[in-house]
Amino acid sequence: MNALKLYGHYVSILIRSQLQYRASFIMMVLGQAMTTLLYFLSTYFMFSFFGRLGDWTYWEVMLCTSCVHISYPIAECIARGFDSFRGQIRSGGFDTMLVRPRSIFLQIFGSQFAFNRLGRLVQGPIMMGLAVVNSGVVWTAEKSALYALMVLSGIVIFMSVFILGATLCFWTVKSLEVVNCFTDGGRELSQYPFEIYKKPYLVFFTAVIPYACAFYWPLLYLTGRSASPWCWAAPILGMLVMIPACLFFRFGVRHYTSTGS
Amino acid sequence: MKAYFSIFRIRMQEALQYRAAAWAGVTTQFFWGFMLIMIYQAFYESSDRVMPMTFPQLCSYIWMQQAFLILVETWSGRDGELFEKITSGSVAYELCRPLELYQHWFARLLAGRLGGAILRCVPLLVVATILPYPYRLLFPKSIAQLLLFVVSLLVGAMLTVAVSLFTYILTFKTMNSNGVLSVFSALTTLFSGSLVALPFMPEGVQRFAMALPFRYMADLPFRIWNGSIQVLDGLWQLGIGALWLAALWMLGSFFMKRVLRTAIIQGG
Amino acid sequence: MITLSHISKSFRVAKRDPGLSGAVRSLFHREYRTVEALRDLSFHIGEGELIGCIGPNGAGKSTAIKIMSGILVPDGGECTICGHVPWRDRKRYVQNLGVVFGQRTQLWWDVPIRDSFELLRDIYRVEQPKYEYNLKRCVEQLELGSLLDTPLRQLSLGQRMRCELAGSLLHSPRLLFLDEPTIGLDAVSKRAVRSFIREINVNEGVTVILTTHDTADLEALTERVLLLGKGQLLYDGALDGLRDEEDSSRTLTVRFPGMQEPVIPEGCVLKEWHEGTGVLKTDAAAVSAAIAKLSAVLPLTDVTVEGSPIDDVIARMYKRMGVRA
Repeated sequence: MNALKLYGHYVSILIRSQLQYRASFIMMVLGQAMTTLLYFLSTYFMFSFFGRLGDWTYWEVMLCTSCVHISYPIAECIARGFDSFRGQIRSGGFDTMLVRPRSIFLQIFGSQFAFNRLGRLVQGPIMMGLAVVNSGVVWTAEKSALYALMVLSGIVIFMSVFILGATLCFWTVKSLEVVNCFTDGGRELSQYPFEIYKKPYLVFFTAVIPYACAFYWPLLYLTGRSASPWCWAAPILGMLVMIPACLFFRFGVRHYTSTGS
Repeated sequence: MKAYFSIFRIRMQEALQYRAAAWAGVTTQFFWGFMLIMIYQAFYESSDRVMPMTFPQLCSYIWMQQAFLILVETWSGRDGELFEKITSGSVAYELCRPLELYQHWFARLLAGRLGGAILRCVPLLVVATILPYPYRLLFPKSIAQLLLFVVSLLVGAMLTVAVSLFTYILTFKTMNSNGVLSVFSALTTLFSGSLVALPFMPEGVQRFAMALPFRYMADLPFRIWNGSIQVLDGLWQLGIGALWLAALWMLGSFFMKRVLRTAIIQGG
Repeated sequence: MITLSHISKSFRVAKRDPGLSGAVRSLFHREYRTVEALRDLSFHIGEGELIGCIGPNGAGKSTAIKIMSGILVPDGGECTICGHVPWRDRKRYVQNLGVVFGQRTQLWWDVPIRDSFELLRDIYRVEQPKYEYNLKRCVEQLELGSLLDTPLRQLSLGQRMRCELAGSLLHSPRLLFLDEPTIGLDAVSKRAVRSFIREINVNEGVTVILTTHDTADLEALTERVLLLGKGQLLYDGALDGLRDEEDSSRTLTVRFPGMQEPVIPEGCVLKEWHEGTGVLKTDAAAVSAAIAKLSAVLPLTDVTVEGSPIDDVIARMYKRMGVRA
């Protein structure tokens, strides 16, 4: 409880800080909104040129695209401290965290709150609403719950990937671009049903970084392509990736304190 | 002139030092390239339309785009140090040097991009060349095409620098770069054809994009390379790109001078 | 309070060849060398001491501070502070600890100082009355009253350091590490910071370890100095002792009315002699004999004995030991 209260205090400071630069904050929100608009535009352009993607219609695909663009900004907003962790390592901010009597995780979560990422949340819900209506899915309670679970699972998985990316900073601060494959790249891939990619991609993004568990397998269930309970359970299983991510991060902290790199 | 060349050299050297970053960049770009190719392939297979470029041509387009990404994307190759200088006010020291700030930064940014691109493009191009057909990178059919590509890529890179310099200039006003940067890069990414290649866009959008300078950054050089723009046509379009470059350069240095005169130098 | 025994720590750093070709070569191949940051470092510090830690760059000062604050785990040796091993049981240990790094901030850049302090209060779980008491004390002694409602980014360096100091003391730590607390400050701020450090050391009994390049800090504050060089403890003792050990020469200045014939006692070298003043160079051991001799023949009105400036002494010491300052 105390930890939550402290987190709230961190967030309130961060929001007040960001509001100090009102013009730039508005620009940032605008920029973020624009970025998401681009993703939707690019899928729209593709569909308007090619018509359909395999046996998937535009609105069926939008079911998962919109889901991705809701999960991602929320995860980024909350876990921005991990996403920008290398700055903390470089500036010595992480050392300061180490000399404070609080959990490192709490302090990193509290180090950044990318409130402006919520600018990305403008289009996602609108597109989701349209997709829900136009995709032809018959919404039962079970399917609605599954759809909500997809969003939640997406948030957790994206956050786990940010944590994994931050962990790499303990070893190198330069090769982090690879992490983009799994954050931005993962988001990009997840916009389309994973079956359009080569098999290894599907396996990797199911078993290792389980974006497919959040966005693809349950989509099969939603659109009536599969009735397997595994597809329904996939988002829940996918969220488990958070556990190894946190363990790995702890291991990273131990490495850092022994090398000080 | 010699001073600008030294700045260029030093920045190149610095850019080359980021070995790990370069390898990471190459890996990332392969990942993205394959991803884009797979997406396009799935779309190509689900449509009977006549395509504006063949699938192998498209693959070449994507590989070139990935190889020279750092050269022609406004969202990459940003120089954090410069933004830092502007927002911290230490840009005042730069003003004490007997160099024009615009030219100085132009040289610096261009070198940073070229340095990064040289590191990344070689391994990427080599591997993309030995991929199996149809994913393989195709080469230009004539020397003229190749030369035109090289020149247009250089013009594209300079155009990218000229365009991105506006974000630095704007930062003098807003004192925070992130917002400006993301609006800017969103627009340029769309209209340079980096997100969806221009010919796949709806006609109206295409026409609009053709009227803007951004397509000369990426779309033109890469389509000259893959042969979907013919040499003569390309030459003509390159001329337009060069005009844009001159115009943006003049506009940029004008604004730079103005903004420096009114710059609020923060701190002391 | 603090005991370090046989602490050692080494790092691996990449070698880099100069020039463009070197940059290209290092793309494919990279060599590493090992730097020993600390070698067999041992010392003991008692409760309530105020210690100055000096040494050239790369001597291992900040590595030592990092080990003592639990940020780094040493390769070998033992370290016990307030009954804790710093890098084990981190959260409990650092509750006793205040740390100020001179070159970076622990406060929040864009919000008023007061807001930063309140967040620190919650981070350290400080009870409200204790927080208010500590804040009041700091505000009075460091004259922060007018600064509390200003965002950090609008403060001058000296004001910032005063706020940092206050921020590190809100939870009443028993131990305070200050890494170059006076770097870049103007004379007035330096004095304010020094007198505050002295104050909390004497009145609150806080044990303070500070690293510095400014020997004036040492002269103003510390009775005991730790001198590090190349990762080893080169000297541990009083600042004056350091001077004696390294350089026993003294400058003896005498004053007398009118013009007098020069007198050069045994073991002295004449430096200057003109109307009213004589300056002689001698050794610490010969000072009293020289004064006796001079006062026997001259009507002295004033006598001063000075050692070499401590900066010179330290510079000479570094040179002798082959370390670069």
